Amino acid sequence: MMRRAVLFAFIVLVALLPVVLPDSAEFYVTLANYIGLYALVALGLVLLTGVGGLTSFGQAAFVGVGAYATAWLTTAFGWSPWATLAVALAATTVVALFLGFITLRMGGHYLPLGTIAWGISLYFLFGNIEAFGGHTGLGGIPPVSLFGMELKNGREFYYLIWIALLLGVIATQNLLDSRDGRAIRALKGGVVMAEAMGVNTAWYKIVIFTIAAQFACVSGWLYAHLQRFVNPTPFSLTQGIEYLFMAVIGGVGHVWGALLGAGLVTILKQWLQDLLPKLLGQSGNFEVIVFGLVMIFVLHRARDGLWPVLLTRVERLWPALAAGAGGRVADAERLPRREMPQAGETILEVQRVSKRFGGLTANNAVSFTVRAGEVMALIGPNGAGKSTMFNCVSGVNPPTEGEVRFLGQRVDRLAAREIARRGMSRTFQHVRLLPAMSVLDNVAIGAHLRGSRTFIHSSVRLDRDEERRLRFEAARQVERVGLGEHLFDAAGSLPLGKQRIVEIARALAADPCLLLLDEPAAGLRYLEKQALAELLRKLRAEGMGILLVEHDMDFVMGLADRIVVMEFGEKLAEGLPKQIQEDPKVLQAYLGGIE
Amino acid sequence: MDFQIALLLGQDGLTNGAIYALLALALVLVFAVTRVIFIPQGEFVAYGALTLATLQAGQLPATLWLILALGAAVAALDGAQALRHGAARKLPRILALNLAVPLALWFLLASTDLAGLPLVAQVLLALAVVVPLGPMIYRLAYQPIAEAPVLILLIVSVAVHVVLIGLGLLFFGAEGTRTPAFSEGTLELGATTLQYQTLWILAISAILIVALYAFFGRSIYGKALRATALNRTGARLMGISTTMAGKLSFTLAALIGAFSGILISPITTLYYDSGFLIGLKGFVGAIIGGLASYPVAAAGALLVGFLESYSSFYASAFKEVIVFTLIIPVLLWRSLTTHHSEEDE
Repeated sequence: MMRRAVLFAFIVLVALLPVVLPDSAEFYVTLANYIGLYALVALGLVLLTGVGGLTSFGQAAFVGVGAYATAWLTTAFGWSPWATLAVALAATTVVALFLGFITLRMGGHYLPLGTIAWGISLYFLFGNIEAFGGHTGLGGIPPVSLFGMELKNGREFYYLIWIALLLGVIATQNLLDSRDGRAIRALKGGVVMAEAMGVNTAWYKIVIFTIAAQFACVSGWLYAHLQRFVNPTPFSLTQGIEYLFMAVIGGVGHVWGALLGAGLVTILKQWLQDLLPKLLGQSGNFEVIVFGLVMIFVLHRARDGLWPVLLTRVERLWPALAAGAGGRVADAERLPRREMPQAGETILEVQRVSKRFGGLTANNAVSFTVRAGEVMALIGPNGAGKSTMFNCVSGVNPPTEGEVRFLGQRVDRLAAREIARRGMSRTFQHVRLLPAMSVLDNVAIGAHLRGSRTFIHSSVRLDRDEERRLRFEAARQVERVGLGEHLFDAAGSLPLGKQRIVEIARALAADPCLLLLDEPAAGLRYLEKQALAELLRKLRAEGMGILLVEHDMDFVMGLADRIVVMEFGEKLAEGLPKQIQEDPKVLQAYLGGIE
Repeated sequence: MDFQIALLLGQDGLTNGAIYALLALALVLVFAVTRVIFIPQGEFVAYGALTLATLQAGQLPATLWLILALGAAVAALDGAQALRHGAARKLPRILALNLAVPLALWFLLASTDLAGLPLVAQVLLALAVVVPLGPMIYRLAYQPIAEAPVLILLIVSVAVHVVLIGLGLLFFGAEGTRTPAFSEGTLELGATTLQYQTLWILAISAILIVALYAFFGRSIYGKALRATALNRTGARLMGISTTMAGKLSFTLAALIGAFSGILISPITTLYYDSGFLIGLKGFVGAIIGGLASYPVAAAGALLVGFLESYSSFYASAFKEVIVFTLIIPVLLWRSLTTHHSEEDE
């Protein structure tokens, strides 16, 4: 409630600013206009860099696309500014999709390098095209008309800028608090986990890059109609770097950090541009020295930027502002469930699967099956190739040879997310949760494929019904694994054993018919292990197939219906727990030979 | 275009390409060892050339103040760290390297008739002033966050780049300079004439590349760098200090950068901010090599040099656009051919 009040107060302040400032303070209106324009670009970078873990130095070039598109079309062809906005956005989208397609499939540093190159080329292109007026630029851009009123001066235009910015902020916040938002936040936790939960990571990377580019484009369009003149200078790589500085200094993981950063950098720049040349006795853009040093300091000491620092300070002084952790998950209609195979039906068939890494054979012609309604345990000494087998089955790392059939269809050449869609879900030996996100949100990532609303719905809140159902489902799974009291805790704050259980809840949220558990009992205490075994028995009784890798023999022997033993990448034995316990080869592998 | 012009442009392209190749090698080296995408590489090019020009004008270069300041900062940080860990015996070495050496250099420069020195001595002094900036910058900007993600290191690189650009303007002013050629005159070679400086550039680039090859293949430090590049944790377990590897790679990068600047400043006018575009062209070459392969990076850099020189003939205004747009088909090709497996990171 208090947060809403503060937000409301901020909006009122923004709305009143041009009214209360006297005519002599025109400079401050201009400053506020620029802060709004810059913050819109920085907002895109929050989504791209802070949330998605990607970055771009070429945002200024997208600003330029927006500005030049409208400058050229309105002056040379007499188009309406609103029509040019659509064209500018379309052009930006095409460029962003293209750049994203060619760079995002590779390592994370190719996108920023690609955007540096694109930023430089576009800058020189703007300056050398005659229709764009070369380096002198284009003037005489018409003002924007809104409801028959021409926005000719800075004070009128102020409202257009800040309304655009606040709409951008709200849309971004809505997007982040949704199914797609969770998928985007999952990008930072590594591609492997997100894909295993059915998230098409390449698509989401391209989406956020495109959205960030569109914010920049709108900022450029506004800039052109505010200035009524464009030249290439504000769209150079230097400016692109400054946008990133704003986002990082303000707090690149926070929507409001974009506003804070844009405000701070713009005001500081104004001040330094006056001060430094006097101090140093020569003219030049010396403020970049200060900005660069501040940047290095921020990245060393407060990598999340100033917004979270500010927030903790304020919350300490004014505790009522701190949003109470906790709350409640509203009841909602249950999500539809998958049709489960008949108990006893073979759901997974692994046939002579081999996996080689160069000369190392991690799995050699291993075969086994898993049936619906049984627990199949995969055991063996460390380095036997169990986790490699998990990765082959779940599509994380496809096998070199052999076949994997799931529900009767070959899946060994499918992407992990396609296999997930067919009803296989897994946990990881090394926990892959997003530590800063709540347990509830982490588990809700597992239900990704059970929703269908996209970022377009969520940005205007058309996803609320589905979102309630997803959250309810996630909460139900958290309760089911016995972590109900941790629903709103940050996942990283739980002990490791409990984090493994969160992973199980996340896998269950996908409503799988085959569950792959990689060492789920490691790090659990005795009673917790018993509770886990109880849960797995219940799942088995519901008809789920469970493939389990585990080192705790009491746990395995008391739970598994059948066991496969692996050693040095090969299958050593297979059978009922009793048979395995008496198998001389297994005893030798585990306890050493008896001479 | 007739044959004569084609040869001339080819010569230009080869000269620039050789410089880009050197820079591309340094970039691949730094990235492989430290995961830092070394955007400020280009600033070393400008600093090297402009420091030499200042020395030749008989003045003390402002870069000298920079190494004094950075040296003091490094000495303070390392000294405090050594005292905290109760390793006071390291202090003399820390103070000597970071304070005494720059101070000695200052006295040497202040007491010498710089303009009257032979070119070789001037070049060596310029390198002595600029190269220590490499390891000092590594210590101050990168070492505290050496394990950070590539993305954070990249943003730090960009921050270092803008700081150095700003300082470059402060130190050297907005005017560009040329330095005299290593040896004047031209060589008639069949249909074409070669400037001696071009031959110098080609010869020294080739020598440097061979020297680097020998360094990595034969010397223990080179092998340590290669080990660090392959596996940081493994190298550390074998007793290789990743900090040492980082500083060494930055020293090499600074040396290559500054020397490249000294090599080309007789044939192009360099400004305080010229280094950036030159460095980025090296980058385009390095990216062609996937930031991993030295020979492909060098070949890519030569390609950039030729493309730049021939496009300056056909569409001079669009020269930069063409060179930097080259990266697009390269990235496209790499993204289609690189098999991106979803390995554990």
